[in-house]
Amino acid sequence: MPAYIVRRILVAIPTILVIITLAFFMMRGAPGGPFDLERPMPEEIRQNLLAAYGMDQPVWKQYVDYLGGLVQGDLGPSLKFRDKDVADIIAEGFPVSATVGLLAMSLAVVIGTVFGSIAALRQNTGADYGVVAFATVGIVIPPFVVGPILALTIGIYLGWLPSGGLDPRHGMTLDRLILPVVTLALPQIAIISRLMRASMIEVIRSNYIRTARAKGLSAPAVIFKHALRSAILPLVSYLGPASAALLTGSIVIEQVFSLPGIGRQFVFAALQRDYTVVMGVVILYASLIIILNLVADLLYAALNPKVKYD
Amino acid sequence: MVLTSTPSEKERMLEDAAVKGRSLWDDARTRLLRNKAAVAGLILLCVLVFLAFIGPLLWVHDSSFIYRDRVQIGPTFENLHLFGTDAQGRDLFARVLVGLRMSLMVGVVATMVSLAIGVLWGATAGFVGGRVDQLMMRIVDVLYSLPFIFFVIILMVVFGRNIILIFVAIGAVEWLTMARIVRGQTIALKGMEFVEAAQAAGVSQFSIIRRHIVPNVLGPVVVYVTLTIPVVILAESFLSFLGLGVQEPLTSLGNLISNGARDMEIAPWTLIFPALTMMITLFCFNFIGDGLRDAIDPKDR
Repeated sequence: MPAYIVRRILVAIPTILVIITLAFFMMRGAPGGPFDLERPMPEEIRQNLLAAYGMDQPVWKQYVDYLGGLVQGDLGPSLKFRDKDVADIIAEGFPVSATVGLLAMSLAVVIGTVFGSIAALRQNTGADYGVVAFATVGIVIPPFVVGPILALTIGIYLGWLPSGGLDPRHGMTLDRLILPVVTLALPQIAIISRLMRASMIEVIRSNYIRTARAKGLSAPAVIFKHALRSAILPLVSYLGPASAALLTGSIVIEQVFSLPGIGRQFVFAALQRDYTVVMGVVILYASLIIILNLVADLLYAALNPKVKYD
Repeated sequence: MVLTSTPSEKERMLEDAAVKGRSLWDDARTRLLRNKAAVAGLILLCVLVFLAFIGPLLWVHDSSFIYRDRVQIGPTFENLHLFGTDAQGRDLFARVLVGLRMSLMVGVVATMVSLAIGVLWGATAGFVGGRVDQLMMRIVDVLYSLPFIFFVIILMVVFGRNIILIFVAIGAVEWLTMARIVRGQTIALKGMEFVEAAQAAGVSQFSIIRRHIVPNVLGPVVVYVTLTIPVVILAESFLSFLGLGVQEPLTSLGNLISNGARDMEIAPWTLIFPALTMMITLFCFNFIGDGLRDAIDPKDR
């Protein structure tokens, strides 16, 4: 197992390197730079600015310098916020994004598992059809449609929950997180319900479940101790892609509900050509996706004795 | 099938069967037409395509004409503003039609781009095999783990919001699964007896590809194409929603939804109608895709 983990990490390094290289040269290839203002500045100031950020060097030199800094854990200074490093910007936004993401993931896993299992155990009843219909709708409707509609109905018409931003004094409060978390979780709930339904139907038809029933175990014991354990495996291997989807979704969610998270910073930075912030966020998200995929694979191996990594 | 048929009837049916054999595609069509959701999706989609491409020419309002005295009017039959007007005073129904046309075009064109890259890549890897195959599929694996939407966002920022770039960028992102499907099919088919038989009979390589490989790969590819189109439409809308997609005076459903979300407190219809149109369109594609999958690949049923 440790050897497997080491190998996975060794494979991840070239992947990250490819990402960094692609992102770096794409951003540098862009027409217009971070110091283009509406009013052109004197050439000398421009040159000084470029020199201060090391951007007067040839591009390959900048690239090597950037990698050198990265190895030491330095993501560089923000080019737009003169008094902030990229690390500061990420440190500000990350708690918000991570909280929303984790809550959405937990909600999706719990509700998706429950819905999917109920649908499978009550196959071809009203409950089953309801779950299937919900799953179809949830997969088709994107968060950027659900988000504004929820904000409009629950936030504005009904006035039950605030629809935008964080509490200026208390920061992340539950009432302000509910709508974003639900919006982000909805497509995942739909996908996980479908997955669970399919795998649970297959499991409860298997021989060992019939044996468990035949030996007189109670229905809850059969389901919770025997069926759920193996029915949950496809869900575990979906966790990797799910986390990637949540990270992408967070960009929209943070825009819709004006949350000061990383996704919003990313879009803003990309539009402002704040190279270093864009790079920092891309590297962070890519690493997160790779790590979460690894965790999901390890979890899968831990739950499934048939799978052994070595 | 009628079980209690008289011998003569049976004979006639056998004769019929002998006269015109039923190909896989005939079977698939019959199964597809029996699927109510898929047929409904197909009909509705035809209506939507007709509306999107012919509608703007026939509709009484021009999508870019500004009625200065009719800003943000709710849906009304007066002056035929069925969906109301937007913040600039343009007829929303006309704009939804034009936006739908753009979204459909992006969906189809970008999917074709992904189809071209994916089929070429996958077929080459599958056919050549060995080291080349391993290298090509490793590249696909690495690309799979990239957070692609970020690269599309960077692309849009770097090269400006060019409509052709949107097609290519989204297409270039979605080809990976296509390549995997085509490669798997090609490898499976390469070892099939009927391909061997054709080779033994001295049929040329090109004819084998045309007669045996392509028709057999086509099924899964067609299914995947119908399921990719809605994904691409979503991706474009996602970009437009963030303000990185199609630019004024052009518009897409994502653009309209984005504007509607901004104005929803005063003019909710500017959000509701584009959102509904997009949902219906996506439903159509998904129902058709699912129906096609069940029809072409009966193993899954």
